[in-house]
Amino acid sequence: MSEGRGEPILEVRGVTKTFPGVVANEDVDLTLHRGQVLCLLGENGAGKSTLVNVVFGLYQPDGGEILLRGEPVHFASSREAIKAGIGMVHQHFQLIPVFTVVENVVLGDEIRKGPMLDLDTARERIRDLGRRYGLVIDPDAIVGELSVGEQQRVELIKALFRDAEVLILDEPTAVLTPGEVDEFFGVVRNLVEQGKSIIFITHKLREVLSVADQIVVLRGGKVVGEADPKEATQQSLATLMVGRDVSFTIDKTPATPGEVVLRAEGLTVDDDRGVTTVSGFDLEVRAGEIFGIAGVEGNGQRELVEALMGMRVKRGGTVEITGQDVTHASPRDIIELGVGHVPEDRTKHGLVGPFTIADNLVLNQYRNSPFAHRGLRRDDAIATYAGELVEQFDIRTPSPQVAVETLSGGNQQKVIIARELQGVDKLLVVAQPTRGLDVGSIEFIHRRIVEMRDQGAAVLLVSAELDEVLNLSDRIGVIYRGALVGTFDRADATRDRLGLLMASGADPEVAA
Amino acid sequence: MADDPARRPRNRPDFVTALRESIQLQSVLVPVYAILLALVIAGVVIVLVGSNPFEAYWALLRGMFGTPDRVAASLGRSTPYIGAALAIAFAFRAGLFNIGAEGQVLVGATTAAWVGTFSWLADVPGPIIIPIVVLAGVLGGAIYGFIPGFLKAKTGAHEVIVTIMLNNIAILIVRWLVNSQDPLILRDPAASVPRTAHIPAAARLPEIISTNPPVHLGFFIAIALCVLVWFILRRTTFGFEVRTVGTNPNAAKYAGMGVNRTIILVMAISGAFAGLAGAGEITGTSGYLSPGVFAGVGFDAIAIALLARANPFGIILTSILWGSMLSGAGLMQQDSGLSIDAVRIVQALVLLFVAADVIVRTIFRVRRTGATTLETTQITTGWGSTT
Repeated sequence: MSEGRGEPILEVRGVTKTFPGVVANEDVDLTLHRGQVLCLLGENGAGKSTLVNVVFGLYQPDGGEILLRGEPVHFASSREAIKAGIGMVHQHFQLIPVFTVVENVVLGDEIRKGPMLDLDTARERIRDLGRRYGLVIDPDAIVGELSVGEQQRVELIKALFRDAEVLILDEPTAVLTPGEVDEFFGVVRNLVEQGKSIIFITHKLREVLSVADQIVVLRGGKVVGEADPKEATQQSLATLMVGRDVSFTIDKTPATPGEVVLRAEGLTVDDDRGVTTVSGFDLEVRAGEIFGIAGVEGNGQRELVEALMGMRVKRGGTVEITGQDVTHASPRDIIELGVGHVPEDRTKHGLVGPFTIADNLVLNQYRNSPFAHRGLRRDDAIATYAGELVEQFDIRTPSPQVAVETLSGGNQQKVIIARELQGVDKLLVVAQPTRGLDVGSIEFIHRRIVEMRDQGAAVLLVSAELDEVLNLSDRIGVIYRGALVGTFDRADATRDRLGLLMASGADPEVAA
Repeated sequence: MADDPARRPRNRPDFVTALRESIQLQSVLVPVYAILLALVIAGVVIVLVGSNPFEAYWALLRGMFGTPDRVAASLGRSTPYIGAALAIAFAFRAGLFNIGAEGQVLVGATTAAWVGTFSWLADVPGPIIIPIVVLAGVLGGAIYGFIPGFLKAKTGAHEVIVTIMLNNIAILIVRWLVNSQDPLILRDPAASVPRTAHIPAAARLPEIISTNPPVHLGFFIAIALCVLVWFILRRTTFGFEVRTVGTNPNAAKYAGMGVNRTIILVMAISGAFAGLAGAGEITGTSGYLSPGVFAGVGFDAIAIALLARANPFGIILTSILWGSMLSGAGLMQQDSGLSIDAVRIVQALVLLFVAADVIVRTIFRVRRTGATTLETTQITTGWGSTT
């Protein structure tokens, strides 16, 4: 982005951080120059978060040192790091939704006039910062009513309000729409032009190439390479990250769609608060095709999937699976029709954390032969079956008898995929199947989903990752405010067109 | 930086560390430490009121297990706690906090005492009348446990609130049933104090050791039930459903389990265990019901179940500990002049430290294991959840 390097502002030298049994960072070196964007790239568990937490004073390093503006520094807490001019925007926002923007910004660093809060001064500063960095926001808006992108601006303002010079952004684009991502990159550019320096953590390769001045790749807690974004390609970065070649596009043959397996008509569903989030939704998914639903999160996807799977009461409409009316069927009825469901929230719905991998692998089949006989569990049959699936799905664990919550996110997801793909021949519903997973696991899971299609199952894929929808789907629908606003064959779907539909609900090509 | 003295691990071989290393079994650490801590703090209280805690505790110990008869009396005293605590532990496993064991014990005892006085049963031989009377109590408790389970499943009414209210209803209704002279309902008009009539001798559970209270068959039935519950939880598909609902009701629903059905069933079974505890005392110990005799059994059972971490085998040990302390308190009072309530203070402190286990974990530096085992259970899931 900016040409030539300024003087180093933040240097990490030989930092090592170990946790009991794990070396999270080993002898890590990196240098952030003033006015530049350094992308920290790596898979889950590569040590990115640990490293920035060390820089931000949340962890104490076991070895090595950190230099800020050439001076060695030692932060005992994040408060000290903030005081020294380091700001961090966490992946999960640390905002209080019922407070206003200005209240959130001053929280913990209140400006006082005697015993009273001086919000007027703070308001003025927020407007100033907004003008200066292109972070326009109403200081009196309630944070809970802002969009995710706006909330992120509040987080950035919070850091800038405390005069941060070095900004650490942890997976900042994970929650944004494609349009918001572009806008966000504009803000990032603005910030570096005004002399701020940024550490940007991500595992999205496209973003790295468009925003970084410098790329550092971590794997297994070590720096495995640095790259120049002008020369690097997505392929070369992925190879560095994973340590082997990975393919981004799934090799798949054209779909051979058969009969309609899943049909929903006029489906209307309320969320937990009683707000109608899916209204008049029509959907048809055929055997042997992958139908992808793209959309920004929170547009009714969760309620849609739960309603289809019998987990949520419907307000209106009908659902049919293989010609049978399942509008009022229970989850068990639907499972027994030969339906698999990979839920959006793997810890809330997909797994019972303290249970063993084996128990989780039979979570929906525990009553059936050979896992049970006359109401008694057959632990040996369960163990054998679990052993086979662990091997077949490459679940990295010392044994199928360990608690599933001790696995990494990717391996937990493999447990769910392994379970849901067994005995499923009619329909597979997968929601956000690769959220938070690393490149290697994503590739594996995508292959399996395509295999299911090739074996003749209908697949409904719901994902907020546009790339995922584009890569896997044979047909694509866009969900916007609970309605299907467009359906395309894969060949007619372009990133831009889908992105606009996702953001506004209006199809640019139809309007034009 | 690396040799910053503040960050060096502290290495002091003190009493606490030595004690900690002596007991390696993670799951029993907190309860054991909680008991120790409670004894120490109650000891301070005993000193403050002018007695010698060592003498008092020694007298308590002798009162509990000093002679074979005292051991037997302790076991007899422990019997109702086993059934009641098992009721609470079983509900815990399904994520339900059954505060209502108190009421369920009372209802079970009342139905047993009532059915036992049916005139057509008067001449029926023991092998027939005992099961009838005991099952009447079991059924009474089961129905009284079913009500909050049903209300929770159908309306979302929280079982804690409902069972607390049902306790009061049971206590007051039973008091009326037994006290009322006009109309005369369950009261034995021949008795000088309010109580029900004696059940026939044939309906009494066999006494194994005739101490006061006796060790009757109910003690062994209760222990067998603990084993049965362990078996159900570990080995049956129903137990798997119970544990899944208790650990992650969302996942249970997702996996096709009938969450509401499980909740209703578990509460009814839980009530049945409590009802059995009540019926066991009527048929095994007293032979009649006088209101107030079970006061606190269901509440103490909560503490016992917590102390046992809802483990069915743990229930046997903690119930015996609990009942023995109450049984031994008399000798402590005799020997050291302390009120029997000193034992109650110890018990209350044990409950406090088990419930707020952070206190114990901080003092004794017991680390929470990252990988929870199957035998641990999230006792607090019953709160605040609307599922």
